[in-house]
Amino acid sequence: MPSLNINGRNMSVEASNDTPLLWVIREQLQMTGTKFGCGAGLCGACTVHLNGEAVRSCQTQVSEAVGKKITTIEGLSAKGDHPLQKAWILEQVPQCGYCQSGQIMQAASLLSKNPNPTKDEVVAHMDGNLCRCMTYSRIQKAIMRAASEMRTASNAGTERRAT
Amino acid sequence: MNTHVKIAPTDLSRRSFLVGSAATGLVLGYAAVPGIDQALAAPSNFEPSTWYSIGPDGLVTVTCGKADMGQHIASTMAQIVSEELGSSWKDMRVQLASNDPKFNDPVLGAQITGGSWSTMMNFEAMSRAGAAGRIALTEAAASAMGVPAGELVVRNSTVSHPKSKKSMSFADIVKSGKITKTFTPDELKAIKLKTPDQYTMVGVSVPQLDIPPKSNGTAKYGIDVMLPGMVYGKVVTPPVRFGATVKSVDDAAAKKVPGFIKAVTLDDKTGSTSGWVVAVANTYASARKAADALNITYDNGPNAKLSSQSLLDEAKRLQALDDSGQFFVKDGDTAAAFGTAAKVLEAEYTTSINIHAPLEPMNATAEFKGDILHIYSGNQFATRSGAIAAGAAGIDPKFVVMHQMWLGGGFGRRLDADMMVPAVQAAKAVGKPVKVIYSRENDMTMDYSRPLTFQKVKAGVDGDGKLIALNHDVVSAWPTARWGIPDFLSPSVDKKGPLDAFTVNGADFFYSVPNHNVRAIKNEMAHNATPSGQLRSVAPGWTFWAVESMIDELAHAAGKDPAEYRIALLDGKGKNDGGAQRLRNTLLAAMGMAGYGTAKLPKGEGMGVACVSSQERATASWTACVAHVAVSSSGEVKVKKLTVATDVGMQVHPDNIRAQVEGAALWGLSLAMYEKATLKDGGIEQTNFDTYTPLRMSQTPEVAVNVIANGDKPTGVGEPAVTVIAPALGNAIFNACGARIRALPITAEAVKAGMKA
Repeated sequence: MPSLNINGRNMSVEASNDTPLLWVIREQLQMTGTKFGCGAGLCGACTVHLNGEAVRSCQTQVSEAVGKKITTIEGLSAKGDHPLQKAWILEQVPQCGYCQSGQIMQAASLLSKNPNPTKDEVVAHMDGNLCRCMTYSRIQKAIMRAASEMRTASNAGTERRAT
Repeated sequence: MNTHVKIAPTDLSRRSFLVGSAATGLVLGYAAVPGIDQALAAPSNFEPSTWYSIGPDGLVTVTCGKADMGQHIASTMAQIVSEELGSSWKDMRVQLASNDPKFNDPVLGAQITGGSWSTMMNFEAMSRAGAAGRIALTEAAASAMGVPAGELVVRNSTVSHPKSKKSMSFADIVKSGKITKTFTPDELKAIKLKTPDQYTMVGVSVPQLDIPPKSNGTAKYGIDVMLPGMVYGKVVTPPVRFGATVKSVDDAAAKKVPGFIKAVTLDDKTGSTSGWVVAVANTYASARKAADALNITYDNGPNAKLSSQSLLDEAKRLQALDDSGQFFVKDGDTAAAFGTAAKVLEAEYTTSINIHAPLEPMNATAEFKGDILHIYSGNQFATRSGAIAAGAAGIDPKFVVMHQMWLGGGFGRRLDADMMVPAVQAAKAVGKPVKVIYSRENDMTMDYSRPLTFQKVKAGVDGDGKLIALNHDVVSAWPTARWGIPDFLSPSVDKKGPLDAFTVNGADFFYSVPNHNVRAIKNEMAHNATPSGQLRSVAPGWTFWAVESMIDELAHAAGKDPAEYRIALLDGKGKNDGGAQRLRNTLLAAMGMAGYGTAKLPKGEGMGVACVSSQERATASWTACVAHVAVSSSGEVKVKKLTVATDVGMQVHPDNIRAQVEGAALWGLSLAMYEKATLKDGGIEQTNFDTYTPLRMSQTPEVAVNVIANGDKPTGVGEPAVTVIAPALGNAIFNACGARIRALPITAEAVKAGMKA
């Protein structure tokens, strides 16, 4: 019985080692914010973080996640208020919304490393995530808005510490 | 020539439909208004109409009878109710309707979501529902305050009396249990609604109610349904799209998969599937493994040798016959007019098979509870789908309860109910609730696809280059005929029996052409081998490809500017009065925004125009596009910008309209350049997003959207912009490099081959 650390909690699951992490998260742990789209790593709907890196959970075996910190959309922020999630609402990004958990998780892994991405860097980082409603321009805008908010917050924090 | 479909307000499972002109919407749900009796019986909840209730906490919960697939229609319904009710937006909530006929569309008389019809057909009913609630609340408040109702003001969920400064919140009024007002249908109809200058909510881009749960993972789609004791099904589909039967199933290897329960061979009398087996297991991962381990032999049936080429060859054969098909339009005498024409142009236009591929793969969960079959699935046609689920179970449709979910994309795919058949039959076979989820491979190869189409257009012009005669033949599978609901078909002009107008809509355009034939020809071979469906925009997605390309060809042949040539044809004469002028104005708006003709473009670049009256003649949103492209010497097309203008009559939610129009335009681009499915040996060759490749972020050009609201009734916005893009691109490519493209999707090879040497 593998034990997983997911969204800060340790949970043991009943699954053979080769089970895709996606189905363990969705069915056993009943966290359904992470979506199944293609089962082949081609669409990005199932994106979660392993130790902060965006991975496709449909292509990740449970055994590969053992001993690592798994973060899903449910654990990205305490109250759904990660700067990206706030930006997603302000820019009114989702249409059907099905891909958006994966989009947000993919974007979060970019901003954690690169707080000031160019448009080209955003496109390069996000190009593996399909949106069939084609909300791409709003996704871009929301990422830029969140990045800006995060920089402002981080600068404010630095200033406060300095005084 | 068709007007839009009207379905009689009866039980669809009995297939009672009418086709007729658009009449005043029936206001269903009011015949049994739960007025005083129910209000007194349950004073904690005030339900002024079927469509919403107000709780003692003052929250207004609107029940949306439409499938919400990302067009935010639930939120839009709440917005229309809220306008007349006088509620505060923060008090609005939405829920999704069951298949109870009381939630049927007030105009269509069924639960079906498509055609970009929802706002236009529900605006009045929701307005009246909201107004009725406001009147009832006001009268109750007047009585409680002891003041004349006429002196009360309703705003922000509060009824106030400015003179005495008394006020009651909606919550106070509902808690008082003193609401007694009821409405007969005639009284409802007599309510004087607000005029647009009085609107404070309609026309405002309020925050969509479904967006927060779609930003934190809590929105529940069909695939997220979890029922106690539920097990999982994975379908195994045959190598051919349709017509196969299962000869044998060997589950010896599947039995070694831990958690495997059973392999169920479908016995599908609804004709939704053919030759399917579903592997049932205690987890979906195990069901997938078991499905892979099943050894199934098939009789691949009558379509096993067919390919896209066979379907196209058959289409050409049918088109060449003088007596095939039925007439959708027959104006004047084209044969005589061709005899007098100074010049005649003929061209053939094709589109490939296209796959819906919503990102949420098809799924359904079925549970038998006593006599009742419960279906949990995001679906666009609850009325028909419930009947199909019943057919799969062998029960009467009245025993089926459909639980609507948010749709992870619809685009027309979820008008169908094939996914319910394996769920129902597996649930029956194992005696447990079963959730069936298609793999992406199942989803793509078993799509009710946009059909392969072949169109032949013959046009005659007079000495001035003016269009005087047009013959337009459209050959395709018939997606709507497949529903088996006769009254969804339209009578043919030549009285040769009904035709599927959802294969020719758009061909009855607003250009004035005195002699005009449109022939709808059913490609029976394609219809059987690739059962087709309604893909976002349906017929106008191919008819305008042909019409708007040919109009450009005619303009160039006459040495005229293609935009000016269109404007001359949009003279608004006769039956085209009104629509033609709106379309002309929209085209002018797009031209203005794009700077059409104002500057010389660099070599290899071009702008092209197209304008459309999608979806149907009677439900048109007037839409025009200027596409700006750059074409390389190798034929590679770079789309620099799409400028889209659309006249939607009235804007309920301006930001949402822009989102829908942009999404639709990008769908149009994706279909025009990136999406192609092919049939080989009776099966769809593309199985996942590596070979079927919708637009990605890196391929997304700038899209400029101009929304025109001319003050008329609201029209649809989810689909029309899909249809204007391909012809605008084709026309831009011609202007950039001289290559005339007549086949979709557009490829670099075809562009290069078409360039003048």
